[in-house]
Amino acid sequence: MAIPRRNAKLGERRVILSHQGANIQDSDTIARRIHVSVIGPQAKTNPRASWQALFSLLMFGFMYLPIVVLTFYSFNQSAYSASWTGFTLAWYRKFFADERILAALQTSLIVALVAVAIAAVLGTLMTVGLTRYHFPGKGLYRGMSYLPLIIPDIAIAVATLVFLAVVAMPLSLWTIVAAHVVFCLSYVAIVVSTRLTGLDSHLEEAALDLGATPTQAFMQVLLPELMPAIVSGCLLAFVLSMDDFLIASFTAGGGATTLPMEIFSRIRTGVKPDINALSVVLILASGFVAFVAESIRYQGSQKRFK
Amino acid sequence: MTPLASRNTPTASDIGRPESKWLGPLVLLGPSGIWLGLLLVMPALVILELSFVPGIRPGDVVNPSGLDNYTQIFQPIYLQVIGRSLFFAINTTIICLLLGFPVAYWIALLSPARWRNLLLLCFVLPLWTSSLLRSYAWITILRPTGVLNTLLASIGLPPLTLLNSSSAVLIGMSYSLLPYMVLILYASLEKLDRRLLEAAADLGAHPSEAFWKVTVPQTLPGIAAGSLLVFITGLGDFVDPELLGGASSMTAARLIYNQFLGATQNWGFGSALSMLLILAVSLAIALLIKYGDSTSKR
Repeated sequence: MAIPRRNAKLGERRVILSHQGANIQDSDTIARRIHVSVIGPQAKTNPRASWQALFSLLMFGFMYLPIVVLTFYSFNQSAYSASWTGFTLAWYRKFFADERILAALQTSLIVALVAVAIAAVLGTLMTVGLTRYHFPGKGLYRGMSYLPLIIPDIAIAVATLVFLAVVAMPLSLWTIVAAHVVFCLSYVAIVVSTRLTGLDSHLEEAALDLGATPTQAFMQVLLPELMPAIVSGCLLAFVLSMDDFLIASFTAGGGATTLPMEIFSRIRTGVKPDINALSVVLILASGFVAFVAESIRYQGSQKRFK
Repeated sequence: MTPLASRNTPTASDIGRPESKWLGPLVLLGPSGIWLGLLLVMPALVILELSFVPGIRPGDVVNPSGLDNYTQIFQPIYLQVIGRSLFFAINTTIICLLLGFPVAYWIALLSPARWRNLLLLCFVLPLWTSSLLRSYAWITILRPTGVLNTLLASIGLPPLTLLNSSSAVLIGMSYSLLPYMVLILYASLEKLDRRLLEAAADLGAHPSEAFWKVTVPQTLPGIAAGSLLVFITGLGDFVDPELLGGASSMTAARLIYNQFLGATQNWGFGSALSMLLILAVSLAIALLIKYGDSTSKR
C-alpha cells in the first residue's frame, strides 16, 4: 500500500517513518509490508450490513466532500452562493487565462522536475550504497537520510532559510530546488530501499561471474530491476514537491513564486471562484499521477512474485 | 536513466574497481551525503546556534549571551500558543483514532478481500491532492454563507459560526490526517492473527470481549504508531490553523512563520521555537520506541 502525501502532509513519508519509529531495527520489513499488497487470508464474509460498513461509508463521504464541493462550485455560475444558479465554464476560462497562475505553475513544474531528477539519481545511488557497504557511522548516515520525513516542514524551512542567509546565498528558484531535493531524496530512498531488500542479490553476482564490470552489472541488471520503485518514488516526490508551500516560501525570497505560494496568497484574502476551477484541474492531475504511481508499483510487485 | 541507453556506454565511472576500494562507496554515498550534510545537518546546527543569539539577524554583530530566546517562550502569551498547539494536536489524534479505527477495521477485516486494496486506495486518494486546496474547500463549506449553513437552513436549523474558530481547525486537521491513521491501522489490523479471534469465539467470548482482549492488544503498536504520526504532523501543521483558525488560533507553527516571514522579525526567537518543536517531535518518537518495545516484550 503506497499512498502517501506530505505535509504529510503527504503521506507516505510520515506513515513509513512512524512504522520505523515503532520498530527501528525492522524498518525495511515494515516499509515492505506497507508497499507490498498482501492478500490476506479469506475472512469470514458477513453479508449483513454491519455498523462498521455504514460508518465507513459515511467516512468515505467525508473524505470526498471537499472535492465534491469544489467541483460543484467550479461549474456553478454564482461561486458565492451555495445553491445551483446555472452551469458555466467561465471559472475555467478565467483561470486558464490567468498569467500569474500559469507562471507560478511553470515555476512549480521546473522546481519539481529538476528536484526529482536530482533526487532520483542521488537517492538511488545512496540506497544501493547503504545496502552494499558497511562502514562506521552508517546508522548515522541512514538516520540523516530519513530525517526530513520526521521533522516538521516548518523546522526544515526555517533551518534552510537561516543557513542560506548565513552563507549569504541569494534566494531564487534554485534555492527552492536545492531544498526540495532534500526531502525528495528521502522519499525516493525509502521507496527504492523497499524494493531493494526484496531483490535477489544473486542476479548481480551472476552478472559479475559472467564477466560484467560492476558498472555494467549496476546499469544492466540492478537498475532495470529497481526501475519501477524509482519511478514510483519519483512520482511521489513530484506530487509532494508540487504541493510544498512552507519550504518553498521560506527558500524562495522574492526570487520565485510557486503555485502553492500563489494559491496561498489568494485564498488568504478570501474566497476566489477561479480557485475552484484550478482545484479541480489539480485534483484530476494528481489523481492521475497517483493512479500511475500505484499501477507501476503494483505491476512491479506482481512481476517480483512470479 | 533508461537501461537501453546505458547499455552501449557501460563505464561512465569505475564503480568498485579493485585498485580503488573507496571509489564505490564514494560515488554511491558521497553526493547525497554532501547534499544532506550541507542542506540538512548544517542548517540544523545553524538554527541551534542562532537560537542562543538574542534579537539579531545573521550578519549583525554576534552577541551570544545565552538563553534569552528560550526564557522568552515562558511568557504567558507564548505558553498559551504552545498549549493551543498541543490542544489541536492531541484532539486531532483522538478524533482520528475514533473515526479511523472502525474504517480500518471494516476495510481490513469485514470488507470482501478482493476489494480491500481498492477500498484503501480510494480512502487515501484525497491525500494526493493539495493540502492548501483541501483547506480552501473547508473554507467554502464552513463560511457563514457556505455549504453547511445553507444545508442547516434548509432543514430549519440555526446557522453555525465555525470558520475562524478552533472547531474549524480541528475539522480541517482531522480531515487532513485521517487517511494516515487509517493507513497505519489498516497495516496493523491486516496482519492480525484471525485464528486468535476464532479461538476466542470458540472459547465462548462475546465479540466485544474478543475485540478488547484480542484485537486491541494486538493492534496496540499500530494504534501507537498512528497516533504518534497524527500527533507529530498536527503539531507542526501550519496550513489548517492559518487558513481555518483566524487570528485567535495562533499556533507554534504560525508563530515561527511570523518570526521569519511575518511582521515580527525575530530570527533568534523563531529558531528557539523551532528547536523546541524538533525537541517535542524527538521526544514523542523516543516515547514510541520505548513504548513499542515494551509491548513487543510482553
